[in-house]
Amino acid sequence: MARKPKKQKSGTKITVKELKRQKFLLIWAGIFVVYGIVFYYLPLGGWIMAFQNYKPKDGFLHSQFVGLAKFQTLFSDNTFIRVIRNTLAMGVLNLVSTFVMAILFAILLNEIRSKWGKKIVQTISYLPHFLSWIIVTGILHDALSTSGIVNEVLLKLHIIDNSINFFAYPAYFWPIVAFANVWKETGWNAIVYLAAITAIDPSLYEAAAIDGAGRWGKIKYITLPGIRPTIMILLLMNIGNVLNAGFEVQYLLTNGLVQKVSQTIDIYVLNWGISQMDYSLGTAAGMFKSVVSIILIVAANTIAKKTGDERLF
Amino acid sequence: MDKEKWKSIVSNRAFVVFNTLFMAAFVVITLYPVLNTLAIAFNDGTDALRGGIYLWPRKFTLKNFITVLHKESIVTGAYITVLRTVIGTLASLATNALLAFIVSRKRFLFRSQLSLFWVITMYVNGGLIPTFLLYKNLGLTNSFWVYVVPGMISAFNMLVLRTYMEGLPDALEESAQLDGAGYMTIFVKIISPLCKPVYATVALFVAVGHWNSWFDAMLYNRMSEQYTTLQYELMKLLSSVMSQTTSLESAKNSATSGAVTPNSIRAAATILTMLPIICLYPFLQRYFVTGLTIGGVKE
Repeated sequence: MARKPKKQKSGTKITVKELKRQKFLLIWAGIFVVYGIVFYYLPLGGWIMAFQNYKPKDGFLHSQFVGLAKFQTLFSDNTFIRVIRNTLAMGVLNLVSTFVMAILFAILLNEIRSKWGKKIVQTISYLPHFLSWIIVTGILHDALSTSGIVNEVLLKLHIIDNSINFFAYPAYFWPIVAFANVWKETGWNAIVYLAAITAIDPSLYEAAAIDGAGRWGKIKYITLPGIRPTIMILLLMNIGNVLNAGFEVQYLLTNGLVQKVSQTIDIYVLNWGISQMDYSLGTAAGMFKSVVSIILIVAANTIAKKTGDERLF
Repeated sequence: MDKEKWKSIVSNRAFVVFNTLFMAAFVVITLYPVLNTLAIAFNDGTDALRGGIYLWPRKFTLKNFITVLHKESIVTGAYITVLRTVIGTLASLATNALLAFIVSRKRFLFRSQLSLFWVITMYVNGGLIPTFLLYKNLGLTNSFWVYVVPGMISAFNMLVLRTYMEGLPDALEESAQLDGAGYMTIFVKIISPLCKPVYATVALFVAVGHWNSWFDAMLYNRMSEQYTTLQYELMKLLSSVMSQTTSLESAKNSATSGAVTPNSIRAAATILTMLPIICLYPFLQRYFVTGLTIGGVKE
């Protein structure tokens, strides 16, 4: 997991003979570059719309140039500020809760002595990952509805006296989204940690046992430090995704009552850009998100470099 | 000494009890909602509105499934979903594998440049609106091919394949070249057969993505019912249920005639949609485990 790909400079000189020999590779490489330019790099050119008052009939060339006016509109819009807050809050909440649960689950699963028990639990744990968000939110909606299983259990245990309509209160929305992510991805995210745990030298555990460490002690002093590099690199990879952490669940679970806390940047872009057809404002919001994400990745990478941990590039 | 030993036994026991409870809770929370949906799917719709159905149907019926399978939109959606999964996966696998093959050739002249070109796409993208306009201008909206062509190559899958190919011995390529084989032959006849496990991994990732996606159908093919996907149809059912829960009475009234309710139909559709994946994934475990462990390596 933590091993780095070998960096090898191709020492091959560009000669006519070599070009001929590599014709097959070169032609296909060319095709893939054209494909990449069209589908990945060309949309970046669309960012120009963020600085224009883009009208489809005028195109990129003849639309009125407005400078930073669209960004000014964005940041003077209270809704957008709230949307940034929602995105960040849910992004961080999801990141922390899925990380903690995946690590906890991996460590505890590794402690199961029965081989069969381990296999069965692990197989079950992958299941939700393969279900679409449509299915997951549907299931969640059933479970949390006023006549759903969660309310029923809480009523039976006398924790509440009347059913709660969880989707009607803004306070519940962020935790519900975090729970949905945990439910769906815990088993899947644990795979990488389990692989890292397997790679830990068994003699370390033996030595710890001789020193009188119990099972908690072994987890604390051997397992956790052993998977630290894996945790760090995954954290790093996911920090850039914090702003991406919200679209499908929020879009599928939202309703008029919780809109103030459920709307994320992506949903904002969809509402303004596609439904209201204000392409420029939508692009500006999307561009803001992309730029912040890149800054986050670079920052996380720099910090990791300083502290001497694993890094991405 | 004895006290110490006793303490360690107690602490060990406490750990086992805690761990067993944790795992039991985990399994119940993961499985219960799925099994409950299964029970509701096989239960009479009107009867299900009374509540109290947990793991087993109370009034068994196949009517929900029959109704779903007679819905034209669901059948079309299923057909398109199968088609996009098969075509999309094959196209993705072929192109990603070839790209990975090229960037993993040590002699290739633009090896690091081509690699970097693709790695950048993992971190930077134009976003929803420019992408939407691009597809529109390319004539990909209101078409089946929007599912296949734009997302075909992904840098992540390419890196997984590349890492695997770089692990194969160089001697394979060299000896084939001595026998006069060109790069195409080496790719098709020598490297690809050895890459079967990693091809399976990538195919699995891509296929699941195709099977589960709905947003592209909503965004690009909203106006073209003939290109709708299964998950998108399921979403429409879900939103109809969500708006109806506010007026449960009306749902009860409208349901008395047909004995199916929006909720029971949705349960049946959910089960049908997840069925293929649930049947397959337990047997493919070793593929996605290897895929994820090599996938962790990034440039």
